Amino acid sequence: MGRWQRVRSHRGAVLAGGVLLLLALSSVIVPALSPYDYYTPQLQFISLPPTLHGAHLLGTDPLGRDLLIRVLWGIRISLLIGLAASCISVVVGVLWGAIAGYAGGAIDALMMRAVDVLYSVPFVPFVIVLTVLFGHQLWLMFVAIGAVSWLDIARIVRGETLSLKRREFIEAARVSGVRAARMIRTHIVPNLLGVVIIYATLTVPSVILFEAFMSFLGLGVRAPLASLGSLIADGASDMQAHPHLLLVPAVVLATIVYCFNFIGDGLRDALDPHERP
Amino acid sequence: MSQIMSQTLLQIRDLSIVYPGARANVAALCDLSLEVAAGECLGLVGESGSGKTALLLAILGLLPRSAQVRGSICYRGRELLGLEARQFNDIRGTRIAMVFQDSMSALNPYMRVIDQLSEVPRVHGGLSRRAAEQRALDMIEAVHIGEPRRRARQYPHELSGGMRQRVMIAMALIGEPDVVLADEPTTALDVTVQAQILSLLQEMRGRTGAALVLVTHDLGVVAQLADRVGVMRAGQLLEQARCAQLFSHPQHPYTQALLRAVPRMDAYP
Repeated sequence: MGRWQRVRSHRGAVLAGGVLLLLALSSVIVPALSPYDYYTPQLQFISLPPTLHGAHLLGTDPLGRDLLIRVLWGIRISLLIGLAASCISVVVGVLWGAIAGYAGGAIDALMMRAVDVLYSVPFVPFVIVLTVLFGHQLWLMFVAIGAVSWLDIARIVRGETLSLKRREFIEAARVSGVRAARMIRTHIVPNLLGVVIIYATLTVPSVILFEAFMSFLGLGVRAPLASLGSLIADGASDMQAHPHLLLVPAVVLATIVYCFNFIGDGLRDALDPHERP
Repeated sequence: MSQIMSQTLLQIRDLSIVYPGARANVAALCDLSLEVAAGECLGLVGESGSGKTALLLAILGLLPRSAQVRGSICYRGRELLGLEARQFNDIRGTRIAMVFQDSMSALNPYMRVIDQLSEVPRVHGGLSRRAAEQRALDMIEAVHIGEPRRRARQYPHELSGGMRQRVMIAMALIGEPDVVLADEPTTALDVTVQAQILSLLQEMRGRTGAALVLVTHDLGVVAQLADRVGVMRAGQLLEQARCAQLFSHPQHPYTQALLRAVPRMDAYP
């Protein structure tokens, strides 16, 4: 059985992937077809409840904007930030950790002290400073989250590499005359995949949640653009009168996080050649 | 034949290895001297901790950095001790290769057999991927693995222990080395498979003409394969002799004790 077939044989992962794909596709397609947009206030339709008969399926927010469209835009932003920041952090973290762990000695010490230094940077003030310096821009979120989220992966990967390095097949490859760069590429990194994938699937939701937190503080996406985090923050301020404004984005966020966990599970099973069903 | 036999490939002089410890330093080898001639099979026997493995690691430059090494290891007159990693890589795999004891842990679990085998010709020979894979397939056939094409595409855990050990042997021989170091190549296998692997080693030695340094604690293995035998204990080479002579006239008391310790089918309880 190929790897892809093994992923497909994991029902939960397939279902979760389908749900995510549906959410992602509809977040792109629906706003393009809808007569509403996420930013124009319609003051005659303020705070409508969800309905099956009216024009606004999920109701409207206190400014009269269609909630469905805003949630779909929020999904788009949240997924984009979650996936992009996780990709950056996985690539940087794995390379950094594997090189430090494999090289050892002074290089290792130097690289890991750099990680320690970055760890000790207070993150929220750091983002505020960035916002002040560069203005309020979306790519700042990518940079800010990318800059910190690879640190954990780098540490974990370094630890794994240290123990891999003592394994006999690494020694066997050295006996065959394999050089360091090739060793890291073909022997170390593939053996890290299991750990990295588990960690990456934890990183995606945590990055999405982090973005929500930053948006809550007013450091994330700029209004009127919405992310799931900023929608939840807005909804929370109005939850007694209009609970759907909080519930809808919160349920969507939970679903996305849940789906990523399922996919991580399926991928890990598929990539580990030992655990074949 | 005698001319080939007389050519010395590996010459080890007064080799000492000390591992620094927290309380006291541990000497793994003490002033060991040894020669390996082209095409011969040298058996090294000794109990656990006698320094057999340390010797092999030293020859391949794989000792931990903290180990203190004195003496000299020459390959075809070229000093190996203190060689740069880059220069060592030209010797590893193509001049001196190694068969490991535990084929499960000595093969990368995430690499298919063929990728693992073709690594050596790709790294050293600079062969294209296609040519290297063809070479690997030929080698898989040469070590008598059934259904070579199917097996080549599988991962190590899908092969039996005997097949994996055959892969290890193929991996050692694919770079056409003149010296193969084998660290207890049959210890992890059961008896019938052991016999097959030994006869494979014998066959491959005949075919390639590579010298074999066979490290083992099994005197039966040595008796079958080795031309010469060295007996090691506590980091020292106690006795060196031609195989038949060692078994019939052991000189050192330890060798005599070792031979007496072998369980025999015809012995009285």
